[in-house]
Amino acid sequence: MANIQLRNVTKTYGAVNVIKGIDLEIRRGEFMVFVGPSGCGKSTLLRLISGLESISTGDLYFDGERVNNVLPSKRGIAMVFQSYALYPHMTVYDNMAFGMKLGGSNKADMDARVRRAAQMLQIDHLLDRLPKQLSGGQRQRVAIGRAIVRDPRVFLFDEPLSNLDAALRVQTRLEIAKLHHDMRDVTMIYVTHDQVEAMTLADRICVLRDGLVEQVGTPTELYDHPNSVFVAGFIGSPKMNFLDGDFARAHGCATLGIRSEHIDLVPQGAGIWQGQVIHAEDLGSDNYLFVEIGSKEPLIVRQPGKVAVPEGATVSLQPRPGMLHRFDETGRPVQAPLAAE
Amino acid sequence: MTASSIFWNVMFYIGVALVVLIAVFPFYYAVLSSFETGTDLFRVNYLPQSWDFSNYETVLGRASFLRSVLNSVFVATVTVLAALLLAVTASYALARVRFRGRGLLLLTILAVSMFPQIAVLSGLYELINWLGLYNTPWALIISYTIFTLPFTVWVLTTFMRDLPVEIEEAAIVDGASPWVIITKVFLPLLWPAMVTTGLLAFIGAWNEFLFALTFTIDETQRTVPVAIANFSGASVQEIPWGPIMAASVVVTVPLIILVLVFQRKIVAGLTAGGVKG
Amino acid sequence: MTTTITAATERAMARETGLQQQRVRAAFWFLAPMLLMLFFVAAWPLFRSIMFSFTDADANNIFSGGAEWVGFENYLTWRVRENGDIRWRGVLADPDWWNAVWNTVRFAIISVGLETVLGLLVALMLNAEFKGRGLVRAAILIPWAIPTIVSARMWGWMLNDQYGIINSMLLSVGLIDSPIAWTARPDTAMIAVLIVDIWKTTPFMALLMLAGLQMIPRDMYESAKIDGIHPVKVFFRVTLPLLKPALMVAVIFRLLDALRIFDLIWVLTPRSEGTVTMSVISFQNIREFGDYAEGSAQSSLLFLIILIFVGLYIWLGRVDLTGERS
Ligand SMILES: Nc1ncnc2c1ncn2[C@@H]1O[C@H](COP(=O)(O)OP(=O)(O)OP(=O)(O)O)[C@@H](O)[C@H]1O
Ligand SMILES: [Mg+2]
Repeated sequence: MANIQLRNVTKTYGAVNVIKGIDLEIRRGEFMVFVGPSGCGKSTLLRLISGLESISTGDLYFDGERVNNVLPSKRGIAMVFQSYALYPHMTVYDNMAFGMKLGGSNKADMDARVRRAAQMLQIDHLLDRLPKQLSGGQRQRVAIGRAIVRDPRVFLFDEPLSNLDAALRVQTRLEIAKLHHDMRDVTMIYVTHDQVEAMTLADRICVLRDGLVEQVGTPTELYDHPNSVFVAGFIGSPKMNFLDGDFARAHGCATLGIRSEHIDLVPQGAGIWQGQVIHAEDLGSDNYLFVEIGSKEPLIVRQPGKVAVPEGATVSLQPRPGMLHRFDETGRPVQAPLAAE
Repeated sequence: MTASSIFWNVMFYIGVALVVLIAVFPFYYAVLSSFETGTDLFRVNYLPQSWDFSNYETVLGRASFLRSVLNSVFVATVTVLAALLLAVTASYALARVRFRGRGLLLLTILAVSMFPQIAVLSGLYELINWLGLYNTPWALIISYTIFTLPFTVWVLTTFMRDLPVEIEEAAIVDGASPWVIITKVFLPLLWPAMVTTGLLAFIGAWNEFLFALTFTIDETQRTVPVAIANFSGASVQEIPWGPIMAASVVVTVPLIILVLVFQRKIVAGLTAGGVKG
Repeated sequence: MTTTITAATERAMARETGLQQQRVRAAFWFLAPMLLMLFFVAAWPLFRSIMFSFTDADANNIFSGGAEWVGFENYLTWRVRENGDIRWRGVLADPDWWNAVWNTVRFAIISVGLETVLGLLVALMLNAEFKGRGLVRAAILIPWAIPTIVSARMWGWMLNDQYGIINSMLLSVGLIDSPIAWTARPDTAMIAVLIVDIWKTTPFMALLMLAGLQMIPRDMYESAKIDGIHPVKVFFRVTLPLLKPALMVAVIFRLLDALRIFDLIWVLTPRSEGTVTMSVISFQNIREFGDYAEGSAQSSLLFLIILIFVGLYIWLGRVDLTGERS
């Protein structure tokens, strides 16, 4: 329910500058995902928004109101932590009701809200248990339930799924997506390491790097039009192929990027790159071919279906037109059209 | 197994046996002596010769000794409860809140728990006299606070530091004030640590001697250590070893049981405090 | 923003958000009762004790406020006699005081030294895996659990010159040929005190070091074993360096404890020249002779010595006593 604005927000711990000046607007009801390499300041930024950490300089607005000095509990936020952070000595019910109890709400109202949230997450049969009697997935659902009961304007998640195993991660991810769907006007901010979580959940992704915003945009925008080598390399799996030296110079740039699914196998001699397949990975639906074309790292080529290319075979490769990403020496996209193309 | 490894194994177990023997024997011998009277007592023997309860009858028959036990229980209990009460909030502040001068404050508190009691003796004497508490248990309760309070603060701070940060943050987001965090969230998690700390502080207060010797004079106000130290017989020359051993056993057995029951917790507490209880 | 805020106030506002401000304010109120209490029971009496050491306070004038300021007279003063000799007086010129200092230092160094070595041996023993380890650990807790006064009495009985079991044992194996009055003789009194203190405190040292040992990862030993390094070498190269921080902390706590020893000596070897320590001599002056001035001077000197010692230790060893850095 809130529109969040960050204006030139910084955070320093002693002499260490962790957040170096962030301007960002998160729209009401939006699902915003923060991604970035470890230590870039994702958690810190989330905690600044939550109020658990103080902002060193700059301003933070919720719906136009400056909240720098507002207590976390008064900001209308709810937070889901990586380690669940359930109160170990309270039952699931009490865990979920704790915040409302402190707020002094009436009992019937509280009871109704706890039960509705529990039903939503299908944990209503667990209400009398203690956290230690729950599985990891159940614990995380209780933590989400506790957040729902708070009826927040803003939902904050810090890597909520990273303690779960792969299958549970997918299931809980779907639940979070459903939650976002059901609570259309609650703003959600979600920190993750995981490509797939970012791409599937986000309305918009904010890529952070070393305490600064690198790029903000929808998953498609970031995927199709990364505005730096860093973002291009960070978004997408397998990683975008990067070529430099003569390969790049031929296209008028310092670094040339091409995603693995945008390279086609063409008849011998028809492609612009030739090389030997040094390794092939069969993922069932796709084949990854690692092709040695004389660049620093082998080119990864993704082939749908079962194209049988034996290791050691020489292949000719052609990038799809318009799918090349060209970057200059500073890592920024080259705007000028390429005359030769 | 080679011959040398058998040799070292045997040596190892001999060492273990020796350590156990040295640790246990003095108390065993005290128990043995406490059941002996007359000439039995003054003849050295390693195994029980008689089971004579008259030493225990002598000790427990003395009103002043029972009174000392009651005094000790009262003084130690009140001291520990007061210290825990003051220490819980203080250790939360020291363990969980960032503020300037925190490290220095911790060091000062540690220093107080380690400084020589004798250094405050005459000043404390004046204070206690001024408060009119001389020769009462309250004099001891006040003076014992000097070492129990910093000790409990120190150990609880160590325990409190180990509680997960995210639980506290979840509580903050839920709207819990620092006071609510302590009472509703941390205390229920901390009670094993409280028991350990309390027990160690209790032992410290139970065993204290210098202040007890200084601030009480009447037999009725004495604590157990002073009573045992001043135990005298019919004449000044004659030391009543039998009753002394009986009294020693009476006040030590509960402590030993407590310590053995709470063995693991006590070791954890000692390690956390790094301080002799 | 409609209002103009100066850069300074904006920074001040930014530095303390509501939460941090609330927590610091709460911390203040949480600490206040404890600090107030410590001020009244520790800081103020300490201050008054030091004050007394600069007055002529005695049993007659201490509570009436009649004690007069005498400067350093209790510590050191001199008078020139008619014949030109200088007569020194005061605690620092008192051979009894220096005897007490010597006894204290001797006791502290020997007891802590032996307790450290023996404690380490016991800890290494308990760190090995063998049947009945739990039982052994319980057994060595017993000396620690026994009150000091009770230990002093128990050992006083065992070390008794006529009926003591120790003399009987030594006689029967032929180590001595006549009973020794351990606690009464000036040359053996200190030995008696050391025996009891070491017996009582080694378990504590052992448990602290055991905790330190158990934090050393097992695979460290395993890889050393695979490499075929001799166990003694492993001990000096791996175990000891890793144990050093825990050892340093244990040693300083024990040293501070040993320097203030009173109860064991008071009960085990009363009024013995050979064992009287700084705490004991100060207590005698204050409580038995009512000489608050001199007793306070002595206790203040002990305090000063310990203060300097701790300062040096922290400064030289860079010991992280508060555990804040870890
Ligand atoms: N309390 C603190 N004091 C000093 N530095 C800190 C503190 N908290 C975080 N940092 C530093 O700030 C930087 C950013 O930390 P942050 O936890 O925000 O990273 P992150 O992006 O969440 O990383 P990860 O993906 O590993 O969780 C790190 O370099 C970290 O060392
Ligand atoms: Mg993080």
